[in-house]
Amino acid sequence: MELSATTQGDLLVVTVCESRIDAAGAIQFKERMREVTDTPSSRVLLDLSQVQFLDSSGLGAVVAVMKLLGAERKLELSGLTPTVEKVFRLTRMDRVITIHPDLREGLRDAG
Amino acid sequence: MQADPFCQTRCLPGAMATIHLESEFLAVREGLGRVLCLPDMLTLGADLRGMVEIVLVEVLNNIVEHAYAGQTGPIEIALRLCPDRLACHVQDRGRPFPPGGPPPGILPEGKTLNDMPEGGYGWHLIRTMTTDLHYSRSEGINHLRFCIPIEAKPPLYG
Repeated sequence: MELSATTQGDLLVVTVCESRIDAAGAIQFKERMREVTDTPSSRVLLDLSQVQFLDSSGLGAVVAVMKLLGAERKLELSGLTPTVEKVFRLTRMDRVITIHPDLREGLRDAG
Repeated sequence: MQADPFCQTRCLPGAMATIHLESEFLAVREGLGRVLCLPDMLTLGADLRGMVEIVLVEVLNNIVEHAYAGQTGPIEIALRLCPDRLACHVQDRGRPFPPGGPPPGILPEGKTLNDMPEGGYGWHLIRTMTTDLHYSRSEGINHLRFCIPIEAKPPLYG
């Protein structure tokens, strides 16, 4: 599970460099996120623009990461591809997590 | 395992494609790749193919996690593309569903961040995107049959 992380001010941007977050990769995703979010930041923006597919295990892993970060450190998403967006919408997770249309919007809102 | 042409009475006759895979998460990923490359699947739009992938991955992962629960075993997927639906029949030799059959797929919700469940979303996705879901067990084989509507269905949530 390849993730790349960059710090922009008080924002940590994590890009998932994989095409899927599914049952075969959800645990590694969670573990890698735990490692990269060790870098302090007030918010974490998860860039999913390269992820073409996410299943309920992947969704559960995103929820686990939100809990890991705690209420004080918000997790936001950007760049959802159509199938990934559908999973977040049908599970109504889009009401719980801030979703930016793309990375640029996510960064601008951080402004 | 023999796939039965269960939707013969309601659909136009058509070729049924059958895919076999072992009960393992990586095999599910690879098997889905084969499903999505079937000639019939390539006629569907990207959106529908995404729906088919979500439903099948949830059904198959459920078999890996709960029916076989760590053991390996065969899974067979039979698919028939009809004018208005994709009819699916999935078979495995794992444990049966608990009494009451497949879960109703009620969306798990949490009031606060810490209450939010990390699982339980799979059956909600399956139930939302399928019709005519039917489960039966005979001679040690689980049979799950369902259809994925491929047109003329209004959006599920505004």
